[in-house]
Amino acid sequence: MLDYTSIHELAVQAAAKGMTIGQLALADQAAQTETAPDILVRRMRRNLEVMQAAARDGAAKDLRSTSGLTGGDAWKMREYLARGGALCGPVGARAIAIALAVAEYNAAMGRIVAAPTAGSCGILPGAVLALLEQGLADEDAAVDGLFCAGAIGMVIANQASIAGAEGGCQAECGSASAMAAAALVQMRGGSPAMAEQAAAIAIKNQLGLVCDPVAGLVEVPCIKRNAGGVTNALTAADMALAGIVSVIPVDEVVGAMREVGESLPCALRETAQGGLAATPTGQRIRERLFGKQN
Amino acid sequence: MDIFDIIGPVMIGPSSSHTAGAVRIGRVATEILGEPVRTARIGLCGSFAQTYRGHGTDKALVAGILGFAPDDARIRDSLTLARQAGLDFSFETRSLAGAHPNTAILELWGKSGASCQVQGASVGGGNILISRINEMETCVTGQRDTLIVLHRDVPGMIAAVTGRVADSGVNIGNFRLSRPHKGAEAVMTIETDGAVAPALLDELRAVPGILRIVPIPANNTN
Repeated sequence: MLDYTSIHELAVQAAAKGMTIGQLALADQAAQTETAPDILVRRMRRNLEVMQAAARDGAAKDLRSTSGLTGGDAWKMREYLARGGALCGPVGARAIAIALAVAEYNAAMGRIVAAPTAGSCGILPGAVLALLEQGLADEDAAVDGLFCAGAIGMVIANQASIAGAEGGCQAECGSASAMAAAALVQMRGGSPAMAEQAAAIAIKNQLGLVCDPVAGLVEVPCIKRNAGGVTNALTAADMALAGIVSVIPVDEVVGAMREVGESLPCALRETAQGGLAATPTGQRIRERLFGKQN
Repeated sequence: MDIFDIIGPVMIGPSSSHTAGAVRIGRVATEILGEPVRTARIGLCGSFAQTYRGHGTDKALVAGILGFAPDDARIRDSLTLARQAGLDFSFETRSLAGAHPNTAILELWGKSGASCQVQGASVGGGNILISRINEMETCVTGQRDTLIVLHRDVPGMIAAVTGRVADSGVNIGNFRLSRPHKGAEAVMTIETDGAVAPALLDELRAVPGILRIVPIPANNTN
């Protein structure tokens, strides 16, 4: 049985058994929950299907959030992508479009998979579905990638936090980005050790990111941070697949993330009192939506 | 925590606390009422009061009253669906000293005239805490299978209920009783290891002095 307190340990155990981190986590979860592995695989496949539907329906041209603040950016990104020549290349631009679509769909009260949270729900589908759609991985690899991402997320939840109110946006989009980075490496045939490095690099690049939602809503800047998170995951995965190693070991990086989260002032932890929420425009939006008294 | 707490739950956005948790509060409150709701007066406190329109918390609570699950795509249209179904609902913002910032107080009246008042908070990640039922303090999280037992405060009620639960082979993990004053209505909240069989629920409902039995299934659906 695994205790999900060390990403390094996950990678070591997976490598020793000749498994991916995803396969290791699946076997362990089947044992811990006394459930047949194929039932868990089916459940994860359903999650993948929900992600696919959200990526499709969230890219509608006329999609608007409940507040009316956001919507339609995924459609713009898709149109831009279709014209060709996107600077991030077809995989990167596709990943951005999917991340935006799923995050915008969430803000419009669409059905999504929290991964690990609703606010960061676009990053993992952006990464996994972009590879699927570009023919760089098959569906079994995608499901295995989601198990890998889940295992990484469990360690972060245990050792740091996945809640913006506790650890800032690094805990939500940063965690999702690390989960996605590890999944991407695994889906491209990288070793568990490479997946471990990708997770470390992804967190390092998001360390200190604050949670400062305008008017307290999961929209601005959350939606675009999902696009940033998936691009960061692709960057970290590519570096890890190239053999680049994080100087600071992954579990120490997770520890640093916890420490940074704890030292963030309250105003920058989902209270909508600091950062972008406190800008003149952020405050004007809040007043327009909810009135002046608050 | 299992892996589907991280890759999951499947839910309607935008916020696990302001949307998914709110659906669950509405649902549990209606289960406590025990019949379809005719009229709902909903009080919103703290962050719920400030941001409910932008987060769709109003739609989520009404969806829960209609019996929808947190992943039901109809949540978006629940206010219209409720009006079509003849549900009369209203919202007001309230301040409640010492309450969790995401608190709702639901006063519900059923189609046959029953009523109840339920205070619940959405405490993060879609998890909830029902802290009051009909002015009686409770602590229902829905993390485990839970039986809410509304009953008259007369001798022998605890033994009658827990004895029957024990006889059915179900282990009780936590027990709490609350009563506003002696001899009135009281509420037991009983957390069990695993769900209680429907036959036992019927048996408990037949016990003299029992007013209502509400089983709340553990929140591990995905």
